[in-house]
Amino acid sequence: MLKDIRPAVVTLAAFTVITGLAYPAAIAGLGQLMFPSQANGSMVLRDGKVVGSALIGQDFSSPRYFHPRPSATSAADPADASKTVAAPYNAANSSGSNLAPTAKALADRVKGDVAALQAENPGVPVPADLVTTSASGLDPDISPEAALFQVPRVAKARGVAADQVRALVEAQTAERWLGVLGERRVNVLALNMALDRVAK
Amino acid sequence: MNFNGWIQIGLFSLLVIGLTRPLGGFLVAVMEGRRTWLHPVLRPVERGIYAVAGIDETREQGWAGYAVSMLVFKVACFLAVYGLLRGQALLPLNPDAQAPVGPDLAFNTAISFLTNTNWQSYGGESTMSYFSQMTALTVQNFVSAAAGIAMAVAFVRGFARRSAASIGNWWVDLTRLVLYVLLPASIVIALVFVWQGVPQTFAGALDVTTLEGAKQTISLGPVASQEAIKMLGTNGGGFFNANSAHPFENPTALSNLIQMLSIFSIGAALTNLFGRMVGNERQGWAVFAAMGVMFLVGVAALYGVESQANPVLTAVGMDGSMGNMEGKELRFGIAGSALFATVTTDASCGAVNGMHESFLPLGGLVPLVNMMLGEIIYGGVGSGLYGFLLFAVVAVFVAGLMVGRTPEYLGKKIEAREVKMTMLAILCLPASILGFTALAVVLPGPVAALSAAGPHGFSEALYAYTSATANNGSAFAGISANAPFWNTTLALAMMIGRFLFVIPALAVAGSMAAKTAVPASAGTFPTDGPLFVGLVVGVIAIVGGLTFFPALALGPLAAHFAMTSSTLF
Repeated sequence: MLKDIRPAVVTLAAFTVITGLAYPAAIAGLGQLMFPSQANGSMVLRDGKVVGSALIGQDFSSPRYFHPRPSATSAADPADASKTVAAPYNAANSSGSNLAPTAKALADRVKGDVAALQAENPGVPVPADLVTTSASGLDPDISPEAALFQVPRVAKARGVAADQVRALVEAQTAERWLGVLGERRVNVLALNMALDRVAK
Repeated sequence: MNFNGWIQIGLFSLLVIGLTRPLGGFLVAVMEGRRTWLHPVLRPVERGIYAVAGIDETREQGWAGYAVSMLVFKVACFLAVYGLLRGQALLPLNPDAQAPVGPDLAFNTAISFLTNTNWQSYGGESTMSYFSQMTALTVQNFVSAAAGIAMAVAFVRGFARRSAASIGNWWVDLTRLVLYVLLPASIVIALVFVWQGVPQTFAGALDVTTLEGAKQTISLGPVASQEAIKMLGTNGGGFFNANSAHPFENPTALSNLIQMLSIFSIGAALTNLFGRMVGNERQGWAVFAAMGVMFLVGVAALYGVESQANPVLTAVGMDGSMGNMEGKELRFGIAGSALFATVTTDASCGAVNGMHESFLPLGGLVPLVNMMLGEIIYGGVGSGLYGFLLFAVVAVFVAGLMVGRTPEYLGKKIEAREVKMTMLAILCLPASILGFTALAVVLPGPVAALSAAGPHGFSEALYAYTSATANNGSAFAGISANAPFWNTTLALAMMIGRFLFVIPALAVAGSMAAKTAVPASAGTFPTDGPLFVGLVVGVIAIVGGLTFFPALALGPLAAHFAMTSSTLF
């Protein structure tokens, strides 16, 4: 047992240097060289200023913008650090709702959100992703159905033709990778930036 | 369910089958010390480590010596991780000014990462400095994975060798697996992840002003390097709280596929290593097939359940055609989330790309059962194979009882000592899972940590101890487990699940290695055909599954009937 101490200490020290320092540093060097945008978080610029990351959702509440999925992320309560307050799309504290399928809180939340959306666009089925929180609370995407659902509201708020906004949604819809992997989706930040460009 | 979802599941399965044989061959070459194309670069490093550490690579160890070396190494790992986490405020690379990790959380995290569990009572981006993520957690991701594979190879040597007193050299196995297998593969995978959008930077969190003028703080870090080994080593501990659901850990459908392949590839390849080392690749494919059957049943069940919407939510007006999207990311959809959840709990990975707590009750049942069976479906790197082979020993023992012959496996007689050791290993799982769960739910304090009321709350506690004992690390994450009772008992469960399981397994390997081979005769039960596959799957379902049925009835099954009758909590 005692004779195992030296190899234990030496191998652990060697692996700490190789896999804990050299390896992350090498990936950082190569990554920054080969894929500089991605390695720094795929930041999106407008007029030379960073407005967010292409991969991280952000909160939109104005009727002039497409809205993302609800987010369950929270932040420390400024009044009492031992408590948390709701802070949608807090990209410093990713989290899902972790509500049970049998939770009353889940049913109440969805009921309220569905009612608000139905008032906005009566008679159209409410897509599930618009009333369910994502696993990370930072989902950058919505389904094409969820985007199309919001077209009448956005068009009205901006005073433009619904067809023009609908065409924008279709142009921003990403297909499955190679037609197979993943799901069809619309990046909300990209869609809203495109919207700002064509319909100030 | 839709056709495209099945295509994705089918494509993944074919890729796993395709990787198994080439990777198995490479693993055998590395473990037997044969020259590989990596030797010109890595062999001097390997020799350097042996020279400084005083390791004689030609000297082998018996099972007890191998186990003691492994345990001493684990003690060193514990001390290093505990010290680094407690002292992180004094160490470099802490741009977001994380505070020192508290004693019970540092204890839990050290045990968690050295046992390859990666249960996390904390959120990464709000707790760990970059230095801790790299030198404490990433390093353990490498060495705990290498440890699992090393013990599996030592176990297989027990079956492959005849009248032998040794089962390998722990230090050599460990070093070779880190250098020749895990490190090169991680470099390639990490770069693919960066290409897909996983950050790799030492800069701190970035403050941005959003389109609507709000302030958003975006956590960053050296994510890609940790992500690659997190999946490949079936570790599963996320850089961020949301784990592989976080768009920076798993940005695209392609990264999702690579993550799932990384989880399964080494576990699957080890079945081929097993076949090659015992001299008959068909033996390996029989193990692969038994695992494959259980994988397909699990993924079909989970995909089927989660494709249904929660009836409670459709009753209040939500459109149900997308399925159960609460706690899932849109880019993965139901198929990509169900497949990931199956893979991560078949193996002992525990990374999640959707929140298991918000799965429908019967959906959450699938990951639970996968873990309760002992994670022997490709499994944790290494632990999956030796766990499965212990069940195979029970299966041939049962077959022997049925026909009244001394059971044999791979030409070795299975006798009382092996069966006793096997049952000791297998029984420690339900003892830990059911014992700790019962304790947690009868004590008034610990129950306060549960976020769900009703039967789903019981599932939360059951899931926590199942995940810890099975060294998985995923959670019904509503639980507030960062409290002394939970941190301590979960750490104990992780140690029981790792060490009380593997030490009897190594003892079996030691006594098998010492036996002589019995030539196959007409009375030998063939262990490379469909009959054996069926028998071993049956034994796993009965021995592994039935033990837990009462607990599952109290949790997920009761919650299912509550949901269908709109009884909410």
